[in-house]
Formats: sequence, structure tokens, C-alpha cells
Amino acid sequence: MNILEKNHDRKAFKALKWAFPYTIPIFAGFWFLGIAYGIYANASGFSFVYPLIMSMTIYGGSLEFITVSMLLSPFAPVQTLIMAIMIQARHLFYGISMLDKFKGLGWKKYYLIYGMCDETFSINYSAEIPKDVDRGWFYFFVTLLNQIYWVSGATIGGLMGDLISFDTKGLDFAMTALFVVIFLDQWLKEKHHMSAWIGLISSVVCLILFGTDDFMIPTMICILVLLTAFRKPIENPEKAGDAK
Amino acid sequence: MTITQQVITIGMCVLGTVLTRALPFLIFNGKRPTPRYVQYLGKVLPSAIFSMLVVYCLRNVTPLHYSYGLPELIAIGVTVTVHLWKRQMLLSIASGTVCYMLLVQLVFK
Repeated sequence: MNILEKNHDRKAFKALKWAFPYTIPIFAGFWFLGIAYGIYANASGFSFVYPLIMSMTIYGGSLEFITVSMLLSPFAPVQTLIMAIMIQARHLFYGISMLDKFKGLGWKKYYLIYGMCDETFSINYSAEIPKDVDRGWFYFFVTLLNQIYWVSGATIGGLMGDLISFDTKGLDFAMTALFVVIFLDQWLKEKHHMSAWIGLISSVVCLILFGTDDFMIPTMICILVLLTAFRKPIENPEKAGDAK
Repeated sequence: MTITQQVITIGMCVLGTVLTRALPFLIFNGKRPTPRYVQYLGKVLPSAIFSMLVVYCLRNVTPLHYSYGLPELIAIGVTVTVHLWKRQMLLSIASGTVCYMLLVQLVFK
């Protein structure tokens, strides 16, 4: 029993050591955004308990900012739920992409699904995990560390209010840079870039047509329609090329 | 809002988030084989998603007004160049971010 437990601990610790470096850029980005969120909640008249609880339970950055303004508006639970689903709809895509990877991970799976924010999904989907590192524990620690960063940032921001004087303007670019790097790695890994182009063109066109606040749902619909319409050439690019 | 109403409001946001994260797993729970079409989506969606997330991060850039998206363009250029050169995720992200911070704090004020 003792040996088994030790083995188990070692497996988890090894995965933690492998996962931590992947989460460092998230730490920078999440502390910046999390602190900004805490300050915003504080400035809106809420004690640090609110950003603490919201960052821990909702755990989805953009929605949490909006929740603060919802708390200051008249009570409208149904509208709040619809709004939340619309803002978070992109997570449906993450789930579809992780269906296979999360298979057979036992109890960890529930937490992995609960904590699957943009950044955690991107790391867990794209990270190259060596064979001797436990996949389940790796996903688990990436998810847990990221959530700790976010919750601690939001709480610190809520406690400090506007006491911060260090000029951190532009630090949130860490998140953009993270997605650029993951995008680039994915691009270099694949032979055909049809899906990447579909994502790029759909989002830019929808951003221009629908504006910054309302473009994500139309983008998702466009991506689905185009991926479905071009399924044959995407699945068999060689054959489609021969046919021409 | 009363405390109860606040709790319900936050609860609705939690419910909405959990639903969007869990729904694919609830529908395709492995008891029946996942349809081929969904397997196909799972394989090709990520590339489109990463494009979408990059655009999402840049949604507030104003290419037609000051600063014309220049700090973003330059910082992304630096990130990509460093990444193609060294292939070290942390280094690429750090260089891009430091470059961006210097640009927006000192050059494009």
C-alpha cells in the first residue's frame, strides 16, 4: 500500500514538474487580468469576496467582467443565463476537441471539464506530453495552476483596489502572444491549413460585420458551416487535388 | 439586488459556463460510438479555434485610427520571429510581451 501510494505521488509530482513551465505565461496574463478584474469589481463597490467567489465558481474571464455589471442591474435570471451561454458558447468547440483526450481519466475528468477555460484548453490540447508523464495528472495540474493564478489575481485586485502604481500597461499581451505561439505551432505541425484559414477568415469577416461585442456566435456558425461544406477536401486533400 | 438575487445571478453565470463546457461530454458520453462527423470536427476544429482566439484577442485593435494596430503587429512579428528561431514557447511569449509593453508605454502613448 505504502509503495503504491509513493508511486502514485511520484507520478503526480512528475506531471506537475512537466506542467508548470507551460503555465508560466498564463501566470503573467492571469495575474494582470485577474488583478484588473478585482480592481474593477472593487471600484464598482464590491468587497474582495465577490471577485474571489466569482473567479472561483464562474471561472471564465470575459463573463466575470459582465457579471459585475449584471449585479448592478435589475434582477433578470433568465436573461443572465442566456447571456452567459452566448458569451461562453465557444467552449462547446473545446469539448468536442477534447472528447477523446479526456477519455478514461476517471474523477479528474469532471474537474478538467469544469476548469476548461480558453488558455487551459489551448495548453492541454497542444502540449506535447512525453510517454512517461501521466497525461491525466498533466491536464489536472495545468487546469489547477491556471485556476489558482486567476483566483489569486482577482482576490489580490479586490483587496488592493487602486493601490497599484507599477505601470503594467500592455502586460495582457502575454495572452495574445500565447495564442499566437500555439497557433504557429499548430500551423507548423499540419500539412494543410484549410481549417486555420477558415477560422481566420470567418472571425475577421464576422468581426467587421457584427462588431467587437457580437461576432463570436456568427463566427462559430460560419466555421461549422464551412468545415462541414469542405469536409471532403479537408479529409482527403490529395484525392481532391488529383480530381482537379 | 438582495443577497439571494446576487447568488442566483452568479449561479446562472456558473450554470451557463458549465453547460457549454460539459455539453459535448454529456451528449457523446462514450456509451454509443461518437458519430464520424463529430470525430471529424474534433480533429479539424482546433486549428480554426486558434485562429479565432488570436482574432478575439485583437478585437479591440483599431487599424483605421491611432495607433493603427502597429504595436500589435510589431509585437506579433517579434513573437513569431523569436519562436521560429528558438522554438521556446516561454521565450517567444516573453519577448513579444516586453516588446509590446515598451511600445505602448514609450512609443505609442
